[in-house]
Amino acid sequence: MTTQAHMGADPTVQRVITARINGRDVTRAVDTRTTLADWLRDELDLVSVHLGCEHGVCGACTVLLDGQSVRACLLLAVQADGHDVETVESLSGDPNDLHPIQQAFHEEHGLQCGFCTPAMVLRTKEILEERRERTDEEVRQEISGILCRCTGYQNIVNAVQCAARKLYAGSPAPIASGTGTGGSTDPHPGA
Amino acid sequence: MTTDITPAAVDAAPDGQPKRKWIGRSMKRVEDPRLLTGRGGFIADQKIPGLLHAAIYRSPVPHGRIVSIDATAALAIPGVVAVVTGEDCKAKMNPCMNFGPTTIPQYPLAVDKVRYVGEAVVAVIAESRYLAEDGVDALKVEFEELPPVVDPMKALQEDAALLHEEHGSNLAYERTFTFGEVDDAFAQADLVVSDTLHWGRSAGMPLETTGAIARPGLNGVLEIFCNSMNFSYFVWLIATALNVPSNRVTISPVPAGGSFGSKFTAHKVPTLAGFLALQVNRPVSYIEDRFDHIMNSDHHASDRYYDAKLAVTSDGILLGLDIDVVDDYGAYLQFGVGTHGNALSQGVGPYRIKNLRYGLRAVLTNKCQQGAYRGFGSEVQNWVLERLIDQAAERLGMAPEEIRRKNFIQPDEFPYKIPGGNLYDSGDYPAVLDKALSMIDLEHWRKEQKRLREEEGRYIGIGLATTQERSVFSSTEFWYWFDEPAFPITSSPESATITVDPAGEFQVLLHSQAMWGNSPETVAAMVVAEEFGVDPSTVNIRYADSAHALPGTGPGGSRFTVMVTGAIRGAAKKLQKKIIEIAAHTLEVPPEDMEITDGRVQVKGAPELGQSLAEVALTAYFFALNLPPGMTSGLEEAYTYDHPLTTLPSPDRSDLGIFYPIMGHNCHIAVMEVDPETGMTTWLDYVAVHDAGTIVNPITLGGHVTGGTAQGVGTAQLEELVYDSDGQFKSSSFWEYLVPSATEVPPMKLGHVETPSPYTEFGIKGGGEGGRMATPAVISAAIDDALREYGMRVRNLPVRPADIVAAVQAARQEQKAD
Repeated sequence: MTTQAHMGADPTVQRVITARINGRDVTRAVDTRTTLADWLRDELDLVSVHLGCEHGVCGACTVLLDGQSVRACLLLAVQADGHDVETVESLSGDPNDLHPIQQAFHEEHGLQCGFCTPAMVLRTKEILEERRERTDEEVRQEISGILCRCTGYQNIVNAVQCAARKLYAGSPAPIASGTGTGGSTDPHPGA
Repeated sequence: MTTDITPAAVDAAPDGQPKRKWIGRSMKRVEDPRLLTGRGGFIADQKIPGLLHAAIYRSPVPHGRIVSIDATAALAIPGVVAVVTGEDCKAKMNPCMNFGPTTIPQYPLAVDKVRYVGEAVVAVIAESRYLAEDGVDALKVEFEELPPVVDPMKALQEDAALLHEEHGSNLAYERTFTFGEVDDAFAQADLVVSDTLHWGRSAGMPLETTGAIARPGLNGVLEIFCNSMNFSYFVWLIATALNVPSNRVTISPVPAGGSFGSKFTAHKVPTLAGFLALQVNRPVSYIEDRFDHIMNSDHHASDRYYDAKLAVTSDGILLGLDIDVVDDYGAYLQFGVGTHGNALSQGVGPYRIKNLRYGLRAVLTNKCQQGAYRGFGSEVQNWVLERLIDQAAERLGMAPEEIRRKNFIQPDEFPYKIPGGNLYDSGDYPAVLDKALSMIDLEHWRKEQKRLREEEGRYIGIGLATTQERSVFSSTEFWYWFDEPAFPITSSPESATITVDPAGEFQVLLHSQAMWGNSPETVAAMVVAEEFGVDPSTVNIRYADSAHALPGTGPGGSRFTVMVTGAIRGAAKKLQKKIIEIAAHTLEVPPEDMEITDGRVQVKGAPELGQSLAEVALTAYFFALNLPPGMTSGLEEAYTYDHPLTTLPSPDRSDLGIFYPIMGHNCHIAVMEVDPETGMTTWLDYVAVHDAGTIVNPITLGGHVTGGTAQGVGTAQLEELVYDSDGQFKSSSFWEYLVPSATEVPPMKLGHVETPSPYTEFGIKGGGEGGRMATPAVISAAIDDALREYGMRVRNLPVRPADIVAAVQAARQEQKAD
């Protein structure tokens, strides 16, 4: 019995892909069966992409693909070919220089163990690029696709609202809905 | 009851307002920035040259003999390095560490028999995890199936198949303790309420699984990197299991992505990784995937069946409690029956119940073993007691707050010895209740409840619970069950080392764990800041590996903040003495005239006469001839803080001694709407007031309350590790095991009361287990209250929508029939 018969994918088959990873084009040969999450973690050292379940439920591996949150455990690396991928390092990978969203989570104690945190931060970026104003209840709905086992979510909701204030400080509110994909409505293009 | 125990820590006097600069202030965690940028340094993030990866073949059958394992195809896969089985374990290692009977041994890979679905049978080691899993898929394993033992009651029948033949029975342990005159109490009672209750099996279920990397290193030392907590407590036992001298195994702590008990003494994963590395003499990583963790971790939690009775007078005085509990422990007993020892630490809750009987039968079944989960078994006792009290209140026509208030141990009765022997150090339960009631308008909600029922046909329920959160365990709860315990351990210390380096910078070394989601570094920095008057952000925190670690016990039983603070303060006092002696010698003033303030050592009343800590440090490290006679170079002190108040159980076990005395308390009140047609519930209001003694950091304590409450919601309404009647496991992924999301957890109003402990440094009590101590009780009560006209009584957790609908439909059928 061969491995291939079991897996339905020949591990020796590789494809060369090019993806834009945190603003830089990366071209690599990848095993076709490698998930996007494993590729980001193991090949590109983007270990902020955490694997909590690998069934697409917990959301800890959430990354932004062309600005939209996706489960990196449910995508293959080859599916990122030609696309734009953002991990939390795109906001800031420097503990001494936090992005306003990261700063908001810090101030509001919106994290404990930190395992869901990069996903929550990215999801916050995505929804705040869409619009600023949300009720707490709406924030709960928006983050409900990512599980947090530590905080009970209350301080995450507070952190999202705090981040909204920080990002839109000085802007006339409410901000018109953006495309959700970054671009011209991106309030922090330099991040 | 009173006791003659005298408070030891005189400087933690609750009277007066001690002047503190940092303790009690909300401080942002120093742990956060690295986590926010994805640099948590979790076990799966570690990269080691030449690392191999293991994957596990798990038993597909609940009970069976291993007939054959054919690894030919697996070994033929390029990149597969080795296949390791229980036969290898049997030949080359000893059973895993075990606090249960020796007749129930456990190996990290099943030996001869499998005893639950998911039990590890074979490990495949390969160049990558993908290839290791290919290898697992290519294995051919044959089992001779044995009858599954699933129902714990049937497990006790004579014809039941035996899990462990050597043990001779599926009854792992049985004992009944009687404290006080229980029969008399029930004979005198005007009312006896009773119930049969089941607390379903759940688990801590952190988002990060348990994992370890083991590397055969220099000088024959096996290095294990692991996210298991409190490793320095038990590394010698892993060495024993691995047949390696204890000085040739080192565990290095790796931060954990949550634990909630699930990584407390998690030993199967580091033991297996160590064993695999020794087999191939190369570094091997074994990190559970979610299947591994849900099916085969160290730590499923309590799965208890109760017959419980409460004796009450007609005016609502609680006289006695009679508990008969069968606990479905699964296939092994990692912690013995310590989770019931824990329940006895607060067996009568915050109430003046003077008589307690507690009968336990611990049963073996074909399920994963139990371990620790936030509450360690005492949260279950809280739920049972509160269920009975709610029933008594209903029968007597009393409000839930009224019956509780009437039975509270009063503030002037502390220290208070409960039936069984444990001591409650301090508390003010009426104040906590009052605070909670002040944060919610119960009168309004009770009116609304009536109005909405009458005018809109809606069902609103109000639940209230007042429960204990014992903190700071000693170790006797694990063995006082036995008349002749094999290892009657009494230590549960914590240590800290404080160094002032030659430049005057502070470094703290912690000794039993790494970061696990709480704030050990923030706490350590705050205490150092308090003691030396330095800015906490300048203090650096490190974690010792087991080769360097002083005695420690790690984060369990809401002990860590209390204990590490004791350790740091102890080390600080030694260090302060040395600093003052050096400065006094240099400045030629008597040491008793000097004090340390704002990072300087100076003459009292003459602050201009003094030295900075950096000046003292330079002398300490580089100018030995300037030191006081007899003093040696350097500026580092360590301190090991033992449990502040613990006593031995009496030989006849009529008194279990003091083993969990630092007693926190809480009151939760929930208002919920229940839809009887769908069984769905909606939150309308939620208040949680906790008393964890002197608060160190309000913002993080609040996080324990909200986080623990979310887990209580899970336990009460969503989470269950289900084995069907054939012993098949039905909850092996997050599709079936429902961890609460943001929309299922209520927004909460938090309040705090501070009753300092007279026995701990600063008067701190533990608060880590937080909301989970109370939430299942308030949810159960609120659902009952909402559907009172249907005679709803929550007896089984989790209570799912379907259970609610079934109860309502059954009640309607009955009402129709009448």
